[in-house]
Amino acid sequence: MELKTKISAEDGKHDLLITREFNLPLELLFKAHVEPEIVELWMGTKVLKLENKKHGGWQYETSDAKGNVVFRADGVFHEFIPNQKITRTFEMENASFGVQLEFLEFEKLTGDTSKLTIYSVFKSAGLRDQMLRLPFAQGLNMAHNRLQDIVKKLK
Amino acid sequence: MNLRRDVFQAIADPTRRAILLLVASQSMTAGVIASNFDTARPTVSKHLQILTECELLKQEQNGREIYYHINATNMREVADFIEPFRQMWEDRFNKLETIMKTYQNKKTT
Repeated sequence: MELKTKISAEDGKHDLLITREFNLPLELLFKAHVEPEIVELWMGTKVLKLENKKHGGWQYETSDAKGNVVFRADGVFHEFIPNQKITRTFEMENASFGVQLEFLEFEKLTGDTSKLTIYSVFKSAGLRDQMLRLPFAQGLNMAHNRLQDIVKKLK
Repeated sequence: MNLRRDVFQAIADPTRRAILLLVASQSMTAGVIASNFDTARPTVSKHLQILTECELLKQEQNGREIYYHINATNMREVADFIEPFRQMWEDRFNKLETIMKTYQNKKTT
């Protein structure tokens, strides 16, 4: 199967690029990023706050089956242009990766296809690599409680 | 033999990723690894065999027990460490696409 999501993270650099083409009209792709109920469905996290405007804030939180919070992240919007772009900061709570600056660009390809580009900038190359290794744990089936405990210890 | 592809196949499986993560925290025996999963013991053994063949895990005799270690060098060099991160986004975006298609269909009917 062809890999639709592409990631480019060059050695020794402090940034990364995620690109993905969707079989969706631009408006629906954008909507999936701004409607809290929809974000929750595909990100698999709870949306505590999502103020879609310049200087607005956002906060996501994920709990395990027992109700323990395993992940919390937040940031602010620096730019919010519907169906075009979102510029925001991203910071994971209780993690040592620091703040990232994220540029999300939404592009119309055809009437029913669109493209998302996420350019993410980290404080250093080391922090970027550290962060990249982490989802190795997050990508797992989060229902597995014992594993989650280990993940928390590894952080 | 395309070792690189084999390694990607090895880490594409969620149970095998979980095993790697588990062993990354400390070396352990097959029995201890299996006790962390609801999966049947022979299934876990099969996963361990694949991971060992791909050289992502190393076996080491310690007295009567065989301990599994993570092969950090191969984990880094052979299995591109970006792949799990990419896979996570691939899963999320696939979900996004499915959800929004359903949403679109609901709206038009």
